[in-house]
Amino acid sequence: MTDTVQTSPDASFHSGDAAKARLRKRRNAETRLRAYGIIAITLAALALVSLLYNIFARTAKAASEHYISMEADIAPDEDNFLKVVKSAAKEAFPYASGRKNRRAIYGLFSDGAADDMRRAAEEGTLQTGDAVPMRFLMSDTADLYMRGEFGKLQTQPGPNALTIEPEGKGFTLRTSGDAFADALGLARTELANEAATLRRQKARQSVGIETLEKRLSDLTGPERDDTLAQIEGFKAKRDQLETKANALDTLITGDRDTRLKLSNRMASFFVAANGGILKLTEVAADTALATPLVPMESASGVGGGDWSLRILERPEIGRPVKDMQVAILETLKSEGRIEEIANWRFFSLSDSTQPEIAGIKGALIGSMWTMLVTFCLAFPIGVMAAIYLEEFAPRNRWTDFVEVNINNLAAVPSIVFGLLGLAVFINFFGTPRSSPLAGGLVLALMTLPTVIIAARASIRAVPPSIRSAALGLGASKTQTVFHHVLPLAMPGILTGTIIGMAQALGETAPLLMIGMVAFITAVPEGITDSATVLPVQVFNWANASERAFDMRTAAAIAVLLLFLVVMNAIAIILRKQFERRW
Amino acid sequence: MNAPASALNTDDAIKFRCENVNVWYGPTHAIKNNDIAIHDNSVTAFIGPSGCGKSTFLRCLNRMNDTIDICRVTGTLLLDGQDIYSKDIDPVQLRARVGMVFQKPNPFPKSIYDNVGYGPRIHGLARNKVELDEIVEDSLRAAGLWDEVKDRLAAPGTGLSGGQQQRLCIARAIATRPEVLLMDEPCSALDPIATETVEELISTLGERFCVVIVTHSMQQANRISQRTAFFHLGDLVEYDTTDAIFSTPKDERTIGYVSGRFG
Ligand SMILES: Nc1ncnc2c1ncn2[C@@H]1O[C@H](COP(=O)(O)OP(=O)(O)OP(=O)(O)O)[C@@H](O)[C@H]1O
Ligand SMILES: [Mg+2]
Repeated sequence: MTDTVQTSPDASFHSGDAAKARLRKRRNAETRLRAYGIIAITLAALALVSLLYNIFARTAKAASEHYISMEADIAPDEDNFLKVVKSAAKEAFPYASGRKNRRAIYGLFSDGAADDMRRAAEEGTLQTGDAVPMRFLMSDTADLYMRGEFGKLQTQPGPNALTIEPEGKGFTLRTSGDAFADALGLARTELANEAATLRRQKARQSVGIETLEKRLSDLTGPERDDTLAQIEGFKAKRDQLETKANALDTLITGDRDTRLKLSNRMASFFVAANGGILKLTEVAADTALATPLVPMESASGVGGGDWSLRILERPEIGRPVKDMQVAILETLKSEGRIEEIANWRFFSLSDSTQPEIAGIKGALIGSMWTMLVTFCLAFPIGVMAAIYLEEFAPRNRWTDFVEVNINNLAAVPSIVFGLLGLAVFINFFGTPRSSPLAGGLVLALMTLPTVIIAARASIRAVPPSIRSAALGLGASKTQTVFHHVLPLAMPGILTGTIIGMAQALGETAPLLMIGMVAFITAVPEGITDSATVLPVQVFNWANASERAFDMRTAAAIAVLLLFLVVMNAIAIILRKQFERRW
Repeated sequence: MNAPASALNTDDAIKFRCENVNVWYGPTHAIKNNDIAIHDNSVTAFIGPSGCGKSTFLRCLNRMNDTIDICRVTGTLLLDGQDIYSKDIDPVQLRARVGMVFQKPNPFPKSIYDNVGYGPRIHGLARNKVELDEIVEDSLRAAGLWDEVKDRLAAPGTGLSGGQQQRLCIARAIATRPEVLLMDEPCSALDPIATETVEELISTLGERFCVVIVTHSMQQANRISQRTAFFHLGDLVEYDTTDAIFSTPKDERTIGYVSGRFG
């Protein structure tokens, strides 16, 4: 009877304290598991959101471009449009004389301005004549300045009256209330740094002198004389450095009327008065020496509140847009002659070395051609291979071997396929380099295992009863497969194919191997033309040194993602079509 | 074996004559040297305990066993005097002559019309749409399904009830104009009412075709079949008219089984 005790019902077993403890433990474990799950999903979602935010925030900048409106003289048979832009600029900014200023002016315009006119002339929509109002595309750096990529120009209104007196080529400005104190402070810091540098150099000279003097006791004759002369030279240099540093010290500690020079390694200070813009070159607390960048309408003094100090934090040396260009852009802006327009150019042009006229069209079309080749090869071959292996092939060592190899192939690094493509398709079969044909072939090889594996899995998932039903009716094996099994497996096959294609679409490495990285400005018209593809374009732009390619890289990534979404949407629609049939 | 064809009263012609039939699944000997003669225009029932080889034997008759890799069949199986395992018989063509209905209803995930029309279409039984419509309607009528589905022929066959699906499968099988209809436990997935409908249908079909049915229900065998074969562990133990099997069984094992003592 003792052994029945253990299995006999015991009320305390499912309701006692031990049972409650077990229950609590189990519930805690479940709560923990749920929490881990939620944390994991939240992290993944956060990563995705921040990625998308990053891309689309930068893409937004590439969505528009800036234009300068001005008047141009266009002859009816004009063919040098670059010259048209230049002479229009020269006319608009007559004060920007001298080679350096001219270059600064031309640097505001993109080659795209001339291209636009050429295109319009070819289409016959270009208006000709004198003083035709035109919109000229800005250069990439000017565009970046307009977006505040080099810092915003800060305005400090001048509260007190400003007197302006000509001095040499520039003007002496006088006001009160320590208007230029900030600039003076910066200049002082700069001088202090300079003095410190001089003193460090001086210290090095002293060390040199000491070393030579120690060596002096061992030397005789002409050698000794040489060394003595050397020491003298070092001493002279040392004293000279000392004097220079001291002179800087006096400047720094000088009174509030000592004017200190501003350098291009400091923030730029401008004064806007009488419709012109002056750049400060020397400052004291209440006076400054300034050179005109945009000329004033008159050189008379102005009252308090009628002038302002403009500061651009980033030093001129650290930005591609120079002070002259800043002054002109600010003037144009205040005159309302700068327009921001949607950047359709990005979709209608191909790659270029100039970011503002670089577009995605070539790469987009290239990707389409490449994907077409990939799909046309990988899908039918993959599906046929899967059907054969799943439905017709005998089970033996040979088919096992094939199966293992297909699975392994799916794990081969993509660059290997690139090497294979280079060796086999390009070097052996003579497929044109960097063509969508070569790229598509390589990507098809890469996608094939994915398609085969997915297709086999979905063919295997078709219920055997369907096969029996068809065979039992006297359908042949082939009829069974093509009438019943394949349509039912199609949704799964399409899903697998789209995963493979998505992988192929984003693939860069193997395409670099077959030369699709080449700089190609033409839109490919067929699968044998030279072309590049979206991910390679992204790669190229990400490597480019021009800042303005930054946002275009993001935009190209956005286009790539969009391409992917469209591809997936097509697959989903196709899948629904197959499913809707039953 | 001990169930010679001559023991039966035979007003019907013999459709299938099977001699020394052996079936192996790899090393498993599933059918052991059986002889049987199956008559035309009547219903023959296969009964026996689970795993005794009823389905296996049934599948020999339309060579569905060919689709199982490890299955091996020996012996002579004559359909109208012609060996169905001989070289010049195409198994695909044979299956059009010997239709089959499975245990679980397995309509194609297509419309009711396409389900029934599929066989005639691939065998070229209809020259045009009108003829096909006719075949579909006749088959559905024969399967007693026409009145229930005539308004929704385009609806998916998988959307019907279990009993309707099974009758659809029967309609699909008879649409190819088979000479023999094999049914493997066609009622096992159905409720009593659906079973009754299908049983009536089988009885009617038995007047026109040679029907072979596997069943676990002795009452069913009794109700619808003219002859019954009792299988046990791969042996065809006893084969006689249904009345004889149920009223005066000869073998010990048959007596045990039909009286419900084992199985
Ligand atoms: N595909 C197969 N592979 C291997 N062995 C099989 C296969 N099909 C059937 N068998 C074996 O053959 C024997 C007969 O099986 P079968 O399916 O013919 O029995 P059954 O009489 O139809 O049984 P049930 O009434 O349960 O359907 C069984 O021992 C079974 O294990
Ligand atoms: Mg069975």
